[in-house]
Amino acid sequence: MSEPLLRVSGLATHFFTRAGVAKAVDGVDLSLARGRILGLVGESGSGKSVTGFSILGLVDAPGRIVGGSVRFDGTELVGLDAESLRQLRGRRIAMVFQDPMMTLNPVLTVGEQMILALRAHQRIGRTEALARGRDLLGTVGIPSPDERLRAYPHQLSGGMRQRVAIAIAMLHRPDLIIADEPTTALDVSIQGQILHEMRRLARETGVALIWITHDLAVVSNLADDIAVMYAGRIVESGPARDVLDRPRHPYTRGLLDSVPGDMPPGARLAQIPGSTPSLLHLPQGCSFRERCARAATGCATMPELIAAPGSPVAVRCHDPIGAAP
Amino acid sequence: MLGFVIQRLLQAVLVMIAMSILVFVGVYAIGNPIDVLLSPDADQRIRAETIARYGLDRPLWEQYLVFAGRLLQGDFGRSFIFGISVFDLVMSRLPATLELTLAATLGATLIGVPLGMYAGYRPNGALSKGIMAASVLGFSVPTFWIGIVLIFTFAVNLAWLPAGQRGATAALFGVEWSFLTVDGLRHLLLPALNLSLFKLALMIRLARAGTREVMLGETVRFARAAGLREGTILRRHVLKLIAIPLVTVFGLELASTLAFAVVTETIFSWPGVGKLIIDSISTLDRPVMVSYLVLVAFLFITINLIVDLSYALLDPRIRRGRG
Repeated sequence: MSEPLLRVSGLATHFFTRAGVAKAVDGVDLSLARGRILGLVGESGSGKSVTGFSILGLVDAPGRIVGGSVRFDGTELVGLDAESLRQLRGRRIAMVFQDPMMTLNPVLTVGEQMILALRAHQRIGRTEALARGRDLLGTVGIPSPDERLRAYPHQLSGGMRQRVAIAIAMLHRPDLIIADEPTTALDVSIQGQILHEMRRLARETGVALIWITHDLAVVSNLADDIAVMYAGRIVESGPARDVLDRPRHPYTRGLLDSVPGDMPPGARLAQIPGSTPSLLHLPQGCSFRERCARAATGCATMPELIAAPGSPVAVRCHDPIGAAP
Repeated sequence: MLGFVIQRLLQAVLVMIAMSILVFVGVYAIGNPIDVLLSPDADQRIRAETIARYGLDRPLWEQYLVFAGRLLQGDFGRSFIFGISVFDLVMSRLPATLELTLAATLGATLIGVPLGMYAGYRPNGALSKGIMAASVLGFSVPTFWIGIVLIFTFAVNLAWLPAGQRGATAALFGVEWSFLTVDGLRHLLLPALNLSLFKLALMIRLARAGTREVMLGETVRFARAAGLREGTILRRHVLKLIAIPLVTVFGLELASTLAFAVVTETIFSWPGVGKLIIDSISTLDRPVMVSYLVLVAFLFITINLIVDLSYALLDPRIRRGRG
């Protein structure tokens, strides 16, 4: 197979705080082919958002990428100069954020913000830019786009605002969109619509997606592949069906058990004991071992992310579930 | 929007009425001007006559109503001291103060906002730290002292600029202005600089605080993710987001400087209204004091009204009855 669109290997982003070094991302490997959808799943603080920002080179101080590589369509992005990165952002890799109320500028009209985004990468007149904006608003399923171009963000509903943000991300027909929990701030019914819309857009335009979420139920409907993050590392990754149907890492198992699925009504959901460890004080060895029912003395060393022979799923565990005894 | 304007105008009228009563009563309490108006050897008859002529024998509320009635007809009364119409007197001094104040406030804003935005954009840079250190000086050093230092340095030692007075003027719309002639500009520079230093520091601090806050927000992150240039982000996104406190302070500073540029006007012998009010207080020139203070209240209310209206222009969320 040829080189994938995006290959992240050994990516490490650390935050140098007064209290110590927080290893938010510590050796992440991902790979994504054109037109595929990758679900990046993890609890709050697992490093999934920082991974997204690191790919775009948007890590704010005191954070810094300290190692690893991000290859995007043949170009190495780690260490690339600011101007080249800027030219990639929005044009070839776009991003959608969690809360569109916070991301859209409240004092500029939707049309004005679309013009700014378009003019960041091409010389284009106002009328032409607005026409492009109108087309895209239509594409993402916004009714009467002409009116919306003149509207300010506060005049739109939450779902509508997120569609606007998605339209802005799609303005330059990027190859990759990184979506950081884009449905978390929305009503459940609107979540469904946005998911449906994104799946349709991905299929129609061939854009690749990294969908960052804490919600396994969301990615199970959307993603081709899943990578599960825990404390700055990928602990399990592979095709969505395999990971969801036969989770091998105890953490993935725990996440799946805490989703209400085919359980009988009234039954208690399982939970993962304990809480996410502080990134400043990770346990020696496997970072999950303090919460893991299967932990043994061998877990005091860090396991590698490896796939069993013949399996499409890679897992970072000394004693994965369902392994041959 | 129209309802908003009408509501504000009604409020403005009420404030004007309240202000004029306060000012009238306040000045009445300061002292009886009759002792200043008459020579000490005037006899009882002349005294009673003069009191009657100025209406000082009538009750306070009646005096106020007469004053307010004349005010509404545009009659501000006659100065006890100069003997000419107060309106003409104030108007002869106002342009000098107006141009001094505008030069100082506009200059401080146009220079201070970019400097402050830079300091907020790169809070840890050496230049930013220099800007902030300088702004502390602008805050803490008293105006009169800086004024004297400026005169001493640029007028006395270097002899680059004149030490005081207004210099040559040229007429525009029937009013004499200094900024239209080179000599006038030379005279304007030092007092304007003196007046602007505090405002400059204020604008720098405000712009920096706003910029720092906005730069950490999601709006800037989203704009960066869309590939916008840093300059575009600062000019188009950040400036609009931090504009409201800047406009507020601009308005307040403009109004308060117009009214109370006294210190600088005194140091630089600038013939503005600030000097006029100080002189009229020392001579108990009641019509000038009252008219001046009412005029100041009017200026404040007008400028605040403009500031309020500009909020609606700057932030669509404040506009009502739309969308």
